[in-house]
Amino acid sequence: MGRLPAGLPAPAVVRPHAAKRNGASGKETPGPVVGLSSVAGRDVRLAARVRLLEGFLGRTEVSECAQYALHWLTDATGIEQSICLVRAAGEPVMGAAASRGLPADAAATFAISLDDWNSPLVAAIGRPHTLFPAAHTPGDRRRRPSTPFEDAAFHAVTLGFSSSSSEQRAFGLLLLGSSNRIVPELEWFTSVFSQKLDQILRQRAFTEGDRKQGRERGLLYSIINAVTDPILLTDTEGRLLIANSRALALFTASEEESEGRRSAVRMNNMLLSSALSSKAIEETGAARRELLLVNPADGSDLLFELLSTVTEDPRHGTGVVSILRNVTDLRRATEEIEENYRKLRTAEIQARAESDRLNLIIDSVADPIVVTDASGETSMMNDPAEQLFTIPLRASALEQRWVQANDAHFSSFIAGMLVSADQRRVGEIGMTDPTTGDPMPVEAIAGKILSEHGELTAVVTILHDRREAIEKSKLYEQLKQASDELERKIQAATADIAQQNELLRRQAIELEQASALKSQFLANMSHEFRTPLNAMLGYTSMLLQGVGGPLGQPVKRQLSRVESNGRHLLTIINEILDISRIEAGRMPLQISTVKVPELVAEVRSELEPIIMRSKLTLTIDLAKDLRPITTDRQKVKQILLNLLSNALKFTHDGRVTISAKRLADRTIALSVIDTGIGIASADQEKIFEDFRQLDNSPTRAYGGTGLGLSICRRLAQMLNGRIAVESHVGKGSVFTLTLPTLSRR
Amino acid sequence: MTSVTKQKTEKRRVLVVDDYPDAREMYGEYLEYCGFEVVQASNGMEALQAALDASPDIILMDLSLPVMDGWEATRRLKADKRTASIPVVALTGHALAGISEGAKKAGCDAFVTKPCLPEDLVKEIQKVLDNASSATTKKPRSGKYAKTIG
Repeated sequence: MGRLPAGLPAPAVVRPHAAKRNGASGKETPGPVVGLSSVAGRDVRLAARVRLLEGFLGRTEVSECAQYALHWLTDATGIEQSICLVRAAGEPVMGAAASRGLPADAAATFAISLDDWNSPLVAAIGRPHTLFPAAHTPGDRRRRPSTPFEDAAFHAVTLGFSSSSSEQRAFGLLLLGSSNRIVPELEWFTSVFSQKLDQILRQRAFTEGDRKQGRERGLLYSIINAVTDPILLTDTEGRLLIANSRALALFTASEEESEGRRSAVRMNNMLLSSALSSKAIEETGAARRELLLVNPADGSDLLFELLSTVTEDPRHGTGVVSILRNVTDLRRATEEIEENYRKLRTAEIQARAESDRLNLIIDSVADPIVVTDASGETSMMNDPAEQLFTIPLRASALEQRWVQANDAHFSSFIAGMLVSADQRRVGEIGMTDPTTGDPMPVEAIAGKILSEHGELTAVVTILHDRREAIEKSKLYEQLKQASDELERKIQAATADIAQQNELLRRQAIELEQASALKSQFLANMSHEFRTPLNAMLGYTSMLLQGVGGPLGQPVKRQLSRVESNGRHLLTIINEILDISRIEAGRMPLQISTVKVPELVAEVRSELEPIIMRSKLTLTIDLAKDLRPITTDRQKVKQILLNLLSNALKFTHDGRVTISAKRLADRTIALSVIDTGIGIASADQEKIFEDFRQLDNSPTRAYGGTGLGLSICRRLAQMLNGRIAVESHVGKGSVFTLTLPTLSRR
Repeated sequence: MTSVTKQKTEKRRVLVVDDYPDAREMYGEYLEYCGFEVVQASNGMEALQAALDASPDIILMDLSLPVMDGWEATRRLKADKRTASIPVVALTGHALAGISEGAKKAGCDAFVTKPCLPEDLVKEIQKVLDNASSATTKKPRSGKYAKTIG
């Protein structure tokens, strides 16, 4: 120590003017400075300088370097007390970087505020060298700043002083406790130390700036990476300069990636390049286009909105900043929104149509309909309701009262409905027809409409004009009365009819009885007729036989006339008797077995006299296979006698045939066939009627009562048989009696 | 009209019972004309008495008679041993059904419906008498009835 580095030239940095200025103070400090005149001192000085320079080497910290420098200064110049102030980076303060020989606390906390322009120390900054003499009086003390040196004299030497450049401010201040003049060696030291500190500070400032820049870049990357949209900077040739992670995922792929992903990336790059072609950008400047890319991850389509801006950078040249905004979802969302909007529109149209339809329906209902909200206010009504509740234009006071009364009645009804728990309510309201003023009883049917939560949303009331119904019910009542009246009449009439029916029935019985009486009467009468007739015929017969003596021819002829007329009368009486007996049901059957040939022979023999007289040929034609039949012999004989005598009577020439043959179904047909006058087909049914003769003229050619065939038919029916006729006028007739072979008893 | 008469002569004796005189006398006159001996009665009671008194060979019985009708008289005649064998020919103007049946039940041997000509009645009587004489032990019952006029 105490030796200065040798071999170094004297520092030329000591400024002449500074030297001049400090000349006075420099003379005041004799100082124990090593004389530079001697050779030995010169070597020592050089060695010390070398030591300082060596010490500075490897020291990159300001405080460490400053501490070493102050230590060296003590060794080299004997200055015991010193403090080195260095400006903090970016702050208007100079703080202690190192100190020596001073109380540690005072030195560590000592600092100069550069903003304190009144401070003598601040004023000292920028000057090469300032001496603050020791203070001996309070006045002295007031003129000097407060320092760790207290009242002792000290020098302030600016570190980094430069007279030429005003830009470079001093970066430090070296305070040295010494009343002596500053030795030349100090100037060298100041110069070297300043350089060293400047170097350190510059280095530090550079590294700090560098770090700051890196940090900012990192932040920028974080920002652009945080952006969910791919962002990239390309040069004018489309080469990728900067890209955020999203962009990298789209536009870069390493060799290890799959072929699909790499081809997707290649395609994306091509698409981007063409989109960013200089022409496209030039046309629009900040172009906004849509760009369809492929998602390399899954191959799906991704739609981007490409926003590219040309940036002019003097250092890096022209580039293009592109921001890709993924609008795939946006497009989808847009489409969805559009779809929803369309649906909404459709729904709205439907709802409107529904509403219109509802309105149409409501308006088309003839009954007034009123919709009331939960508070009882009318929210809707149809036209008929309007008429009921709206005061017409130019309405008279009376008409207004009618409408108001209607309104009041209705409101009262609705109020009752609202407070009640009833879901439905039916009531009758006495309204007034606003157009005529007539009383208008109205049936009101109200229903509550509840929301999903059961809250009352509306009350719908339908008013039905009861007048028509009342009128109808009146009419119905009248109709019912009329109907009842009618029913009574019908019942009375029915009773009458029943009574008349009863009368008729009694009359029928009486008639039946009368008929029976008539038949009985006729039967009796015929008996009474026959008793005298019997005597007449008997005596006539006796006279003709000559019982009373011989008679002349004229008398015989006359008696014959009496006899024949008597016989005719008897026939008539017998036939009337037969009809009466049949009608009175007093003609019993006497069933027996009858041999047809025998019966036919009997009939023939009975009519033999007539046959003989007629000169007709009578033929009997009987089938060989005839069997006896079971029937009433007497009645069959009577029928055959009648038929045969008719045939003989109405046949003038030709023949009469009696035939008998078996038919199927256990029946037998007995026919009397003649070649007589015949019967017209129109008359063939008449001949079977009672007292019917075809010739009704007074001078008719044929006798008879006209009862014969009628009796025959009735007898045949009694025997379950029938008589049919087949005849042609002028050719003849066939009367056929058909009988069952076994007659019912 | 006595039993003596009958025994004296060969003439058959006929009892004619009828309440209607013209008919009774007409038949009686004709029967006499034809060679019969005739006894007459005008009701059933008389007929019973006459049948006992005169013992006729045959009785011609009208059914509708006063006092006692022909059916009752016939039943009584047939119930009396003295008269049971005398044939009875029923004679009636009642042509209503059931008459002939009733007559048969009463014991009549034949049935003749008025009007009946005298000669027809005589034929019937002759027939019944012939039957009675040809079969004396047999009951002279003829199933046949006299033919009516017309």
